[in-house]
Amino acid sequence: MKPADVPVPSFTLDGEDVAFQPGDTLLQAARRAGRYIPHLCWHPEFRAHGSCRICIVTVDGRPGAACTVLAAPGLEVKCHTEELHAHRKTLLQMLFVEGNHFCPSCEKSGNCLLQATAYEIGMEGPHFEEFYPDRPVDASHPDILLDFNRCILCELCVRASRDVDGKSVFAIAGHGMGTHLVVNSDSGRLADTDITLADRAASVCPVGVILPKRRGFVVPIGRRRYDEHTAADGATQEAS
Amino acid sequence: MTHVPTVSYDDAGALPVERLDLLLAAHHHDRHQLVQLLREAQELQGWLPRATLAHLARGLGMTQAQVEGVAGFYRFLHMRPMGRYRVLFSDNITDRMLGSEALMGELCELLRVVPGRLRDDGRVSVDKTSCTGLCDQGPALLIDHRHVITRLDGERVARIASLIDAGVPVDEWPAQWFRVVDNVRRADVLLGAPLRKGDAIAAAVGRGPLMLLEEIKRSHLRGRGGAGYVTGRKWELCRQAAGDTRIVVCNADEGEPGTFKDRVLLTRHADLVFEGMTVAALAIGARRGFVYLRGEYRYLLDHLHRVLQHRRDAHLLGLAIQGVDGFDFDIDIHVGAGAYVCGEESALIESLEGRRGTPRIRPPFPVECGYLGQPTTVNNVETYCAAAHVALHGAPWWSSLGTPKSTGTKIHSVSGDCERPGIYEYPYGTRIGRILEDCGALDTQAVQVGGPSGICLSAFEFGRRIAFEDVPTAGAFMVFDRTRDMFDVAHNFAQFFAHESCGFCTPCRVGTALVVKRMDKLVAGRGSRHDIDVLFELDKLMHTATHCGLGGAACNPLRDTIAKFRPAYEQHLKSLYFEPGFDLDAELSIARRMTGRDDPAAHMEGTP
Repeated sequence: MKPADVPVPSFTLDGEDVAFQPGDTLLQAARRAGRYIPHLCWHPEFRAHGSCRICIVTVDGRPGAACTVLAAPGLEVKCHTEELHAHRKTLLQMLFVEGNHFCPSCEKSGNCLLQATAYEIGMEGPHFEEFYPDRPVDASHPDILLDFNRCILCELCVRASRDVDGKSVFAIAGHGMGTHLVVNSDSGRLADTDITLADRAASVCPVGVILPKRRGFVVPIGRRRYDEHTAADGATQEAS
Repeated sequence: MTHVPTVSYDDAGALPVERLDLLLAAHHHDRHQLVQLLREAQELQGWLPRATLAHLARGLGMTQAQVEGVAGFYRFLHMRPMGRYRVLFSDNITDRMLGSEALMGELCELLRVVPGRLRDDGRVSVDKTSCTGLCDQGPALLIDHRHVITRLDGERVARIASLIDAGVPVDEWPAQWFRVVDNVRRADVLLGAPLRKGDAIAAAVGRGPLMLLEEIKRSHLRGRGGAGYVTGRKWELCRQAAGDTRIVVCNADEGEPGTFKDRVLLTRHADLVFEGMTVAALAIGARRGFVYLRGEYRYLLDHLHRVLQHRRDAHLLGLAIQGVDGFDFDIDIHVGAGAYVCGEESALIESLEGRRGTPRIRPPFPVECGYLGQPTTVNNVETYCAAAHVALHGAPWWSSLGTPKSTGTKIHSVSGDCERPGIYEYPYGTRIGRILEDCGALDTQAVQVGGPSGICLSAFEFGRRIAFEDVPTAGAFMVFDRTRDMFDVAHNFAQFFAHESCGFCTPCRVGTALVVKRMDKLVAGRGSRHDIDVLFELDKLMHTATHCGLGGAACNPLRDTIAKFRPAYEQHLKSLYFEPGFDLDAELSIARRMTGRDDPAAHMEGTP
């Protein structure tokens, strides 16, 4: 058989065929096909993590995270249903009330994937009572500010620093609601690590935890990534 | 044999570098031993100062943050001083029903400590911990993560307080306090006359691995840990998976509140457990085995090491078992450090590998890719006991017990409102009502079968039977009579799940905390029907969206009790309409004080 005759395996996503390559997860295949499955902790440059659960879909009727379920021929995947949207909205609300998210005063506003996804899903308010955790910022580093208040525990910085930069500047500690990001140094402060602005870890954060200093509002509100695009647009499904 | 070091807390700041280096050397500087190293390092110092974490990190070639991340995951590892005496009250609902909260209050008052906080002189801290697996002899507490004290009462608590104030080492406290009784009330095949050591292995060797596997499959033995996967099928998948070696793991992380059968099996029938593991090793072709023992059962460690050594001496472990060339297998014991989620098999494997006990993305399943990437079979303590019996007596005998779909017997940990709490073994198919009669339960309102992640049965369901096809169970059987408020039960379980959430995925991490918040609001008398609707909504999300079964099951007790005991919830409602989580009128008190007003117009409408 000529290559052209080999049928490309596919699954259906909300009724439409999506072709996939061997080893693809549902999300990888959908992303390549330009289809939007909402996601926060998944990023095309990194291995799946599966923690945010925003990419929840049903696969032949059973729930699963699209970023971790392997594509297989003939699967019937549903993503944009009313019920799953309701779940995604609740998950987003959970992330908003868990940390301290004040979009109007956040430098990441307009470039933030959490905010953009919340707009995309149609989240209108936090719904649950806020936890208002006490999370001091780390402004010790000359070039980079760490504001833990906005952390959604996606571990993209942990993965980027370890797997791309080879520095392992970040790790996850604690458990339950006390789970938090930590910095690898004797003092626990970012200034005492070898992270630089050029590191992938310094730019990968989808929310406003890891920010370059002295760049605040260089791009004005109104001209930012998600002012002109949405989280569903093919080119802006990730914030970084 | 593990050396038990003398603890010196007074100089907790000083780093016993030489001792840490000895520990590192004993564990071959292997980072997969990190959880064991942290636990043992803590036994040296009582807690884990940053300098200790840094020293271990250097010795293992890890970053300090990675070590900190692992240490911070486990409830029994402390990165701040916890005192020379670390007292943890078991906080299962059965302990509470026996008065544990008042007793903890008394101890705190006598010792002048605030729960969860170290006393100013650094001597003692008192806190709660999840079920310690002593529900048949509670209220119970754990001290220094090494000793358990059962049957607490006011007198015992008063004496504990004076012993602590007098600085008497725990080893010198009255020995009978530490006595854990087995309370075997009904024995069937597993708890009956013990097998002769080596007989099941000899029978397995006689059959050969493949016929043995067939026999286990034919017995229809299913896992006793809760999920009920067919044991023979699991072993077969493991045997067939590609790998350099294979691993047998015994899940003795008996963390489901109300479950304590494995405690008794490991105490009385450790040989049977190891025999079953060895049979499994033969069936799948494994050379290495682990027992993952929950931290709460640390007091069993020396006993288990002794049994293992006897078995090595008797050629039932080690090289050429029973003289069979190439049949090499030995067992290590890993002790957990307070993390319920490690009962989930892939989280258990992460912990065995020295990491945070976060459940893995599956597939691949452990049978294909488990410990260090090798095919691994993880089974419950009781499953290995059953497998040893099947290997010796054969599948037809085993499947003559129980029901066609649920063969053999099941061991139940019975606690709560009954005259004879303890261990009961019955063939599958036994009625709930029968167990209630046998344990002397009177005027029973409800039974929680299988623990908080199991099912809550009300009186009209007591004719149902214990079986995979009717009421499956991991072994807990908690009885509640009509004096109990089933809302309190569900509230306790909700607190348990929030305390034990690993924190990895959003719906479990935040959802379990939100459930507790809502229930606290009901306890405070500020609930409305809206809050119950929100609880339903959270339940639905968590069943759908969590990364592992813990989060999925976290709302089971909520769902069951709302469905079956709704009046218990409604009596906590202030109104059927929306109520805010805070008292709006009380929020205005500062403004009233500032303006010197207290007239009706300075209050919210409708409040006095």
